[in-house]
Amino acid sequence: MEFYYGLAQTIGIHTLLGLSAYIILLTGQMSMAQAAFYAIGAYASGMLTVLWGWHIVPAMFAGAGLGAAAAAAVGFPALRVKGLMLVIATLAFGEGVRLFFFNFDYQVQKGNIKVGPLGGEGFRQIRYFPENGWTSDQVMLFVWLFVLLIMALLWWCDRSRYGSVLRAVGDDELAAQSVGINLTAVKVSAMTVGGAIAGLAGSLYAHYTTHIEHLAFGVLQSIFALAYPIIGGLASVFGTLAAVVFVQGILVEGLRFLGDWRNLLFGVLIIVAMVVRPSGFLDAQMFRNFRRWIGAGRSDA
Amino acid sequence: MLELERVSRHFGGVRALDGLDLMVPEGKIFGLIGPNGSGKSTTVNLVTGLFSLTSGRIRFRGQDIAPLATHKRLQAGIARTFQNIRLFGQLTVWQNLWVAQNSPEDRAKRGFLSRWLGGQAGARDEIVSLLEFSGLAHKRDELASNLAFGEQRRLELARAMATKPKLLLLDEPAAGMNSEEIGQLRERILKLRDRGLTILLVEHVMELVMGVTDRIAVLNFGQKIAEGTPAEIQQDPAVRTAYLGGGAQ
Repeated sequence: MEFYYGLAQTIGIHTLLGLSAYIILLTGQMSMAQAAFYAIGAYASGMLTVLWGWHIVPAMFAGAGLGAAAAAAVGFPALRVKGLMLVIATLAFGEGVRLFFFNFDYQVQKGNIKVGPLGGEGFRQIRYFPENGWTSDQVMLFVWLFVLLIMALLWWCDRSRYGSVLRAVGDDELAAQSVGINLTAVKVSAMTVGGAIAGLAGSLYAHYTTHIEHLAFGVLQSIFALAYPIIGGLASVFGTLAAVVFVQGILVEGLRFLGDWRNLLFGVLIIVAMVVRPSGFLDAQMFRNFRRWIGAGRSDA
Repeated sequence: MLELERVSRHFGGVRALDGLDLMVPEGKIFGLIGPNGSGKSTTVNLVTGLFSLTSGRIRFRGQDIAPLATHKRLQAGIARTFQNIRLFGQLTVWQNLWVAQNSPEDRAKRGFLSRWLGGQAGARDEIVSLLEFSGLAHKRDELASNLAFGEQRRLELARAMATKPKLLLLDEPAAGMNSEEIGQLRERILKLRDRGLTILLVEHVMELVMGVTDRIAVLNFGQKIAEGTPAEIQQDPAVRTAYLGGGAQ
């Protein structure tokens, strides 16, 4: 049972990470800094609960807020450049943040041990959940509460005018500015929301694993964040969830019995998935067919 | 309404536009014609801010708009359509019009939050009437990329109208249309003028230009070679040699 709880939490946190990249991808931008916002959320919220005794919920909002602030700060200069330049700029920022945490020491004596981030050793004893007597059921519900909350918010946002504006910018920047859309404002706002979601995911991750270190926040993590919405498709937030279940549930855990062959098959299956469904698992046409199907009985159909 | 004063735009050594003077009067349909590469589309791109000026001045309702970014010019009241249609393909017909509602009145109607998230009843009514005007009401939930060519042209015009412009730049709106569709387009353009819109029509199709414009300027190699009423232009010997070709009638 513990195993499935662990898997469910990993899926939940990675879904949030994927969604943080999803909203940025809607505007046609690629950010390689999602792991950095994730790290900022993780370290900040961990320090707030461990060192300063904050309650977890405000600590998480602080982590999300710092992630958002960092994303806005990167977004403003970086979004003036386009395409590949943005990839390089965010990549550099991501590595910068990782190296900062690699060298970051801030320890405080608590009882008979010292706690806090300790450079390459990482940040141990983020023991908010066990110290406050949370059971693993409660932790899991807590994680998924936020996953569902963010999914619902983004799902609603997709139906709003703002969601359409994001997609308009992603479709054709020239046409978007020609109908009066302020490209910088739209891209920076999407980046900020993405940073907030990544920061929130990091906060949950830190408290669920209890031990974080810089290696968890490398380039590979940013690539995963981008891969989920791309594999799942940008038609809906459910695509990202489906991709996380596919990658984390089936490829990473489900194929464990294959031993070393798993890593080989992993790459092959991702390629197969992209060949079979080139615009993602769940694409726009599928949703339209579904809507037509359930709306078939209505008079306006 | 729109004044271009000695406007030039060079691309390297190529003078796409060279000292163009143009005065588009308010409430009129002004035609801009000329052979391929004569600078018509460059003019549209300069007025909407997609290109920057090499030299010269552009004034819109008395205001110098050269320093304004493209989206600010739209909010000042300048909208356009594209020669090669540029719709938002992954959005529906309805959403294409929805995202274009960026006029100052529309922005004022929305609050800060609902500017992004809401859609007022008034805004909806406007979209509905635009869809009817364009004959696209039955396609409102179709993805723009699934529309037929003529429908895409109509949607692009409707999208420009959704921005509540004062000046509308139409960049070859009749390209690829048959004569029945051109007839419908002419009706639409005349209706828009009757609503008080000023229109700058860049077009190759003489059938449309001669029938609908109040005044025409002719460009050749980035310079204006003639200006006048359609009747005057048709009689102008310089235009006939440069553009219509010898003996064309």
